[in-house]
Amino acid sequence: MARFVAARLAHAIVVCFLVTTVAFLLLHAAPGDPFSFDHPRISADIRDLWRAEFGYDRPLLEQYARYLGSVARGKLGFSHSLHIPVGEALAGAIPRTLGLMGLALALSFPFGIWLGVFEARRRASASARVANAASLVMASLPNFWIALMLLLGFAYWLPLFPAGGIVDVLMHDYMSPGQALADRARHLVLPLVALTLVATAVVARFQRAALQDTLPADFVRTARAKGVDDRAVIGRHALRNALLPMITLGGLAFPALLSGAVFVEKIFTWPGMGLLVTNAIGARDYPLVLAAVQLGAFMVAAGSLLADVAYGMADPRIRVR
Amino acid sequence: MFADLNAGARRLWAGLPLPARVALVVLALLYALAIAAPAVAPYLPSEQLDIVALKDQGPSWAHPFGTDRYSRDLLTRVLYGARVSLAVATLAVLMSAVVGTAYGLVAATAGGFVDAVMMRLLDAMLSIPRVLLLIAMLALWNPVPLPALVALLGLTGWFEVSRLVRAEALSVRERDFVVAARSLGAGAGRLMLRHLLPNVLVPVIVFTTLGVANIIVLEAGLSFLGVGVHEPVPSWGTLFFDGTEAFVGTWWSALFPGAAIVATVLCFNIVGDALRRVLDPRHLRSA
Repeated sequence: MARFVAARLAHAIVVCFLVTTVAFLLLHAAPGDPFSFDHPRISADIRDLWRAEFGYDRPLLEQYARYLGSVARGKLGFSHSLHIPVGEALAGAIPRTLGLMGLALALSFPFGIWLGVFEARRRASASARVANAASLVMASLPNFWIALMLLLGFAYWLPLFPAGGIVDVLMHDYMSPGQALADRARHLVLPLVALTLVATAVVARFQRAALQDTLPADFVRTARAKGVDDRAVIGRHALRNALLPMITLGGLAFPALLSGAVFVEKIFTWPGMGLLVTNAIGARDYPLVLAAVQLGAFMVAAGSLLADVAYGMADPRIRVR
Repeated sequence: MFADLNAGARRLWAGLPLPARVALVVLALLYALAIAAPAVAPYLPSEQLDIVALKDQGPSWAHPFGTDRYSRDLLTRVLYGARVSLAVATLAVLMSAVVGTAYGLVAATAGGFVDAVMMRLLDAMLSIPRVLLLIAMLALWNPVPLPALVALLGLTGWFEVSRLVRAEALSVRERDFVVAARSLGAGAGRLMLRHLLPNVLVPVIVFTTLGVANIIVLEAGLSFLGVGVHEPVPSWGTLFFDGTEAFVGTWWSALFPGAAIVATVLCFNIVGDALRRVLDPRHLRSA
């Protein structure tokens, strides 16, 4: 097991290195640099001075080595648009994004698995057909579309929830702790539902397919023949085996949720990484965009590392390979 | 050969469940409308009809989808948007399918060390999140011309399909007819094109169908972030997000492009799912 984890860890580190290299190459292959913007009163000499000051005039290889070194030390550059180090800008945003994603994961997996089991078990019944069609439709809906419909439905037509933000900017500081918590919860509902709905549908579809592959297996038939009742056949025998792909899906869901969060955050002005990136794109703040993308990729690598290790723990066959 | 294809298509159609047939017809209609947009659309896509009188008009008989804030007819723009969205998605997915199939076939045919290196490379590329990579690239080169957008979407989307193709090709490679062809002296090229390729097409076809849906959503999302298709070119993504800016007052400007995206994606997913079930023998067991 230790060897397996070590191998996966090495893989994750290689991925992070690769992502950093790609980010560096992208930044340098892009047209222009931070000092090539149009301005009639800034002369070429001044631009060169700036370039020398920030190290843009050094050989590419040296810049690359320095870049790797500073990323390894956790320095990701300076944000032109926010006038603070990128790390500082991201430090506030990351927990908000991870919190949103974590909650969406925590909600969508149990519910999606339950729905998938229901669909697979009652395959012929009308309610399962409806659930199946509903999860196909839900899985097909882009989450930015759902987010917008939720916004229209529950923030505008039926103003039950706030339209955006993470807290009430005006009143939050004057609220009692209980009220403040309720205020946060109210702001969380719509973005969370938008992220969770699609994820649930995807999980349900995976779970249904996995169960349908397991249900005709011999051991399930044996259990049925022994007279084990339907509940236990599903719960004890079939579901256990059909849950394995869910671990992989957990690792795969991470990047999907992360990119989903970008859009949902923008629509609900949720001040996480997604909103930071979209604003940074608008402001052409390349260091911030690249740093956020890199961190996102690191997070995805960590997520798939966790999923693989969990899979290895759950299924001994994987470790041997 | 064409008679064969015809009979095959007829058998496939007969095997498809009703929802998939409906979805297929809807898709055919959408493509037809997209191709015929200049003939069907009542106006030109960037034509400002009357910036004072016809600005932000709701749906009416004259303008079934309403008009936008520059008094452009939205039905026209959605029709022309179909051209851009469908063309970008279809071309990008075809590109992914070709590159991915070629890569997977070469890896499976070469085997050994070459295969191992190619697969490790693939692992590395698969581990970089696609959406984030696209955002970074498109943000740096913003604004990107349409052909480049297609190329970027296509070249970042082939990793999974080449894995599927390789796995399929590896199992086909050991089958008797391939062994027979090889012992008759067939070269690697002939083996790949005549014997392996026709037998690995099922996952590629399913991937292509589902992939178009993914790319339509992806293109819309990227346009939303301001790094995809750019004004004044209408795509469903740009139209939808243009509409969201004043969503509450002019709901039609986001509703119709959004509905076009949702309907198309849904149809592609239904067809893709059905194709997987009909074409893939491994799913017959559970069906």
